[in-house]
Amino acid sequence: MLVGVYQPGTSVLHRLPVGPKVAALSAFSLAVVLVRSMPVSFAFLAVAVALAALARLDLRMLVRATRSIVVVAVVFAALQWLLYGPAKATETLVDLVALALAAIVVSATTPVNAMLDALVRWIRPLRHVGVDPERVAMAFTLAIQALPGTVALAVETRDAARARGLGRHPRAYLTPFVIRVVARAQETGDALHARGIGDD
Amino acid sequence: MAVIELDEVSVSVATTDGDLVILEPTSVRLTEQRVALIGANGSGKSTLARLVNGLVAPTSGRVVVDGLDVAREGTAVRRRVGFCFTDPSAQLVMPTCVEDVELSLRRLKLGGKERRQQALAVLERFGLADRADVSVHSLSGGQRQLLALAGVLATEPSIVVADEPTTLLDLANTRRVAEALFALEQQLVLVTHDLDLAARCDRALVIEDARVRFDGPADAAVADYLSSVPG
Repeated sequence: MLVGVYQPGTSVLHRLPVGPKVAALSAFSLAVVLVRSMPVSFAFLAVAVALAALARLDLRMLVRATRSIVVVAVVFAALQWLLYGPAKATETLVDLVALALAAIVVSATTPVNAMLDALVRWIRPLRHVGVDPERVAMAFTLAIQALPGTVALAVETRDAARARGLGRHPRAYLTPFVIRVVARAQETGDALHARGIGDD
Repeated sequence: MAVIELDEVSVSVATTDGDLVILEPTSVRLTEQRVALIGANGSGKSTLARLVNGLVAPTSGRVVVDGLDVAREGTAVRRRVGFCFTDPSAQLVMPTCVEDVELSLRRLKLGGKERRQQALAVLERFGLADRADVSVHSLSGGQRQLLALAGVLATEPSIVVADEPTTLLDLANTRRVAEALFALEQQLVLVTHDLDLAARCDRALVIEDARVRFDGPADAAVADYLSSVPG
């Protein structure tokens, strides 16, 4: 999950503007996907690791953030091992980890507000066709922020169902869960409204 | 001081069993610096508070803030009226503290650096300077409410409406948040169940069954509310 991984710092990567970082990430991703070579994939991984070191990222955060991606990558690699053999499988595994690491480095060195400002700048030309850049940026933030909040609600609702001895029947927690997610959305809407966000 | 006027304002919602009245026609003029709204759960206090910045629209009547009609000039009114909710979690939408305050400041269309400087200054004022880059989820309940308040006050509204801001807090945090609220130069409309806080206001309204039961000096209002509750 690339949410909430931002780590304040003063490294070169932290000081680099958002545009070049995102452009470099795109170029790096393209290269990783297009270059079909097992040995080269290790070079890509080395570059990603070097960048993470350059940004002085916290090792524990890196492990936590890459864990779920590694699990998926291992499953894919296992499949490829069966279908195409070990070389292809290794390349896939290493490529995926390198991509994930590079994306985390960008997320961890860029505050969300800087990302939003960049987004607003990039979609500003669309103003002429009726798109409000601030509003689009806001929608992105809310979507990103809603993830951890929704997970927390799911856990709470499940615990509440358990505490009442309602067991694991989906109806016992899905119904209240959906209602609470909608209620939370309305509260957030009220809060944004009260703060005058989206008014102008 | 700002002026809040309710002119024969009523609020009702349509239900399957006919209209449910949430607020009977009410007329008040609030000019004091600190006004408390007290009363039972479901009496209509929150609705009254939410009318002030247009979160709730009146079914009939008019709400006027500093001469601006809330129904017609909602945007201008919300610029003047900051609103603080009971549960700050719903109000905090950005990942880190400083970013949440910056979100409020986006409206001022400052440059990125200037916006951050201002946001940091606001955090400093609320004793949250060292929490600037910390996740909003890692704050304690009291700090979270202070941050919500910081986000509201960042844009310097002339009125602050707080809907039970201390209900979820322990004693120390209640004091901290109350001190922050009572230190404001702005007009404060405080919905609360904390009668000590209510008694510190300049005026208090007791709301009962969708109408104002008592309106007057805060200590007299608290006494009236206490006498209205059996037991």
